[in-house]
Amino acid sequence: MWRDIRIALRVGGGALIGVLFFLTVVVLMPFAVGPDLALLTRLGPAILWLGALLASLLTLDRLFMADLEDGSLDLILTSRTPLELTCAAKALAHWIAAGLPLVIATPVLGLLLNLDMVATGAVALTLLAGTPALTFTGMIGAALAVTLHRGGLLLAVLVLPLAIPVLIFGVAASQAAITGPMTFGAPFSILCALSLVSFVVGPFAAAASLRHGLD
Amino acid sequence: MMAALQELRTAGTMQLRGLQVRCVRGGREVFSGLDFAIAGGEALAVTGRNGSGKTSLLRLIAGLLAPGGGSIAIEGGDAELTLPEQAHYLGHRDAQKPALSVMENLAFWRDFLGGESADAGECLDRVGLSHAVDLPAAYLSAGQRRRLSLARLLALRRPVWLLDEPTTALDAAGQTMFTGLMRDHLAGGGLIVAATHGPLGIAARELQIGAAS
Repeated sequence: MWRDIRIALRVGGGALIGVLFFLTVVVLMPFAVGPDLALLTRLGPAILWLGALLASLLTLDRLFMADLEDGSLDLILTSRTPLELTCAAKALAHWIAAGLPLVIATPVLGLLLNLDMVATGAVALTLLAGTPALTFTGMIGAALAVTLHRGGLLLAVLVLPLAIPVLIFGVAASQAAITGPMTFGAPFSILCALSLVSFVVGPFAAAASLRHGLD
Repeated sequence: MMAALQELRTAGTMQLRGLQVRCVRGGREVFSGLDFAIAGGEALAVTGRNGSGKTSLLRLIAGLLAPGGGSIAIEGGDAELTLPEQAHYLGHRDAQKPALSVMENLAFWRDFLGGESADAGECLDRVGLSHAVDLPAAYLSAGQRRRLSLARLLALRRPVWLLDEPTTALDAAGQTMFTGLMRDHLAGGGLIVAATHGPLGIAARELQIGAAS
């Protein structure tokens, strides 16, 4: 399984694309919004979360498509390794290669959005808890997109509705930590719950989709 | 001697059989009513014009396509494993990651696919790739990539070989080498189903798809 992760890391030029995209969105945002620091602080968590969401959508496309194109998917299906486990490993590898760098980049980008240490920490923490959910639900979309022979557009349409709850609670938790009347705990626990559910559902749904949809 | 006999005996009971196999792709019937049976130590050459369904048949056997009807079953193999788990599928695409080296590619599939495995270096030696062990797969020629795929068949012992145009891109020496590999596999009690246009170089039964139409 660790080989799978290594392959994803080594081959994954896609990982860098995601982080670069994240960087671009977040860096450009202050210029677009203008020099209103208070507004930036208020928008900060939302911008970071949107950037992370779009960045992970961008890279999820390659999750199974690359394997389909070079024939690896055929071999994966004839393997004695359970397909669910393979899917989970692939998602984990994808998250380490593409999701974790987003979390690591967040503190740096927080500076650009006039977020203080606490706020940046809160956003990074919510991203750490939330991006696995994006990856694991996104994997279901990626598996469906592969079996239907359609590209990234379909993936975006399929995955976005699943990603919206993650986005809502991610941003809510970050806002709560910075300004909000609510406590940080409640939305954050729901975010963690979403991630945990996706850990369980994601690999099975993706494996089922791959198994029944191949043609 | 005893071990070889034992191997032959267990292999002799192994049989791959398809009954009234029907294949439908994209709502269109590719073939139907196909019967075939081969036992351990035998090879089946699947022939037919382009688009007649040779690749589809192999993918059906490998479990990569759902049959539109009929049944494909293996008897006498390891009862714990499904047919796809006992088969090597060698398709048009070589399933190699260009960023990994030749050895890493082979070792990954050997460990990932699971089963009784052999030394990877030795397998590369047998297919004539021992000089390129540490080369990234991106630099391999089409023929070398094919040789690397063949090494996969050796690195992991699985009784059924499903080969789709196996000699594509191989030079004359490579084809001779490959014929030897197939002979060894059959002698060890293995089964081969190969889709091919040219001669395989080994004694094989022929299954022609789409002969009637």
